[in-house]
Amino acid sequence: MSAGMNAGNSAVDSAARRTGIAAALAGARTLLYKEVLRFWKVSFQTVAAPVLTAILYLLIFGHVLEDHVKVFGSVGYTSFLIPGLVMMSVLQNAFANSSSSLIQSKITGNLVFVLVAPLSHWAWFVAYVGASVVRGLVVGCGVFIVTVWFAPFQVAQPLWVLVFGLMGAAMMGALGLVAGLWAEKFDQIAAFQNFIIMPMTFLSGVFYSVGSLPPFWKAVSHLNPFFYMIDGFRHGFFGVSDVSPWVGLLIVGSSLAIVCALCLHLLKIGYKIRH
Amino acid sequence: MPSTPAISFRNVAKTYSGARGAVKALDDVSFDIEPGEFFGLLGPNGAGKTTLISILAGLARASGGQVLVHGHDVVTDYAAARRSLGIVPQELVFDPFFSVREALRIQGGYFGVHDNDAWIDELLANLGLADKADANMRQLSGGMKRRVLVAQALVHRPPVIVLDEPTAGVDVELRQTLWQFVARLNKEGHTVLLTTHYLEEAEALCNRLAMLKQGRVVALDRTSALLAGTASTMLRFKMDTPLPASLAAQSRVTGRIVQITAHDAVEVEAVLATLRNAGCVPEDLEIGRADLEDVFLEIMQGARA
Repeated sequence: MSAGMNAGNSAVDSAARRTGIAAALAGARTLLYKEVLRFWKVSFQTVAAPVLTAILYLLIFGHVLEDHVKVFGSVGYTSFLIPGLVMMSVLQNAFANSSSSLIQSKITGNLVFVLVAPLSHWAWFVAYVGASVVRGLVVGCGVFIVTVWFAPFQVAQPLWVLVFGLMGAAMMGALGLVAGLWAEKFDQIAAFQNFIIMPMTFLSGVFYSVGSLPPFWKAVSHLNPFFYMIDGFRHGFFGVSDVSPWVGLLIVGSSLAIVCALCLHLLKIGYKIRH
Repeated sequence: MPSTPAISFRNVAKTYSGARGAVKALDDVSFDIEPGEFFGLLGPNGAGKTTLISILAGLARASGGQVLVHGHDVVTDYAAARRSLGIVPQELVFDPFFSVREALRIQGGYFGVHDNDAWIDELLANLGLADKADANMRQLSGGMKRRVLVAQALVHRPPVIVLDEPTAGVDVELRQTLWQFVARLNKEGHTVLLTTHYLEEAEALCNRLAMLKQGRVVALDRTSALLAGTASTMLRFKMDTPLPASLAAQSRVTGRIVQITAHDAVEVEAVLATLRNAGCVPEDLEIGRADLEDVFLEIMQGARA
């Protein structure tokens, strides 16, 4: 009798657990959907504007430098610049998505709707980082589609393009989430973006080959994880890069793991969101 | 066998560390709310009502003690606890990116509830929002936004509804609509926990009350028992001259209006005699039953704490 009762209870427990898991997955999916819908509703600002900025960079730098600079021996400057601009757009927009969404929700107070929901820290992480990856890739594809017509182009090893594109977007989405959790004001996010993200992306070899730098600056660039993202991504297009893509994979993978671990920890303890 | 309480606060404490040292927002708060109750949580500003609700909702973490919702710990078993709760926050917050229907679908989705448009339509109709379903949240008036907050709290059909000062700054019509709807939900079996500053609302709606003062429970009883246990008579009158000093301590003065508590006819007579002897002439004198506001003030002044 008792064993039967226990068996019955455990069946109920496991059914409840299954229902709980299904509800948790549905909850995470809804938060991801909401985050994607949020940026898509203002896509003029979140997708079209960064694509236009990338085109302007390409037109200006390409016009000035196309006839003067050759990279990796034979690659024209405009061709070299395109993957860099694509990846820079992916990184900056992935960061902007999670950081701006979270800080807006914190300041306007509507984060309460997510805070009272039965969502785990994993659900938050998957949804915010997932939506950042989607936005980064949508903007990156937009930049690629518009700029690819400006120079002869090839995609030598598409798998590297995909791997570095996804890892870079995920890392910046997670970093944006960390910044969004930490910041209490819009200008703190702007400072994070302008004084950390922007210099690190601009000095990562988007506009030049790090191999062409003096030894000291070359060594400094090699300390910047953004350099490995851009370099590995570019390797996928040309089959050549400043460092081996495997080294890049190791460094970007390690950086991604550290940022994700930090992000998950902060979400788990409710850093600055559950008082 | 006693049923599991809908909400159980057990020795809940909350200490904030501020620039001027640690501040105790809640100190050893313990009480249960039974399933199906309409329970009122009262107290002046800063008493700890919203802190207690925040701990219940998972918006804040207790420094000590435990909170259970239908037996589920709000920290260790937060998912089950939160599924049982519908929280209407005090602040008038909204997500400007979405329409009313989108906001409700999304909120339901967080709880794993999908394809519930029939229930969403029912909520919208009951809250007078049917014609606003496709309006953007930004286009709604303050009152309409407040109704959407109520709908968002109910979209996953929680058995326990928590309303944190839902009628603050709300017009009479919305207050009526809201209370009719919440009273109906309570009749259908939902447990309701309400914090409010409108004591007449608490008196009319809540069958049991807790009063908080400086983070501690200073009264916990059935509403009728609290009303019966206090001064049963209240003298109200208008007067232009100052009150005699001997009556000042037991009276409440608002402009020309004076209210004095008296426990029985002898005390009423004594008050009137004191006024007469001091040469005071009360106008529009009324003798009435004490209401919850009188009980509240009496308790908060520490007379019965």
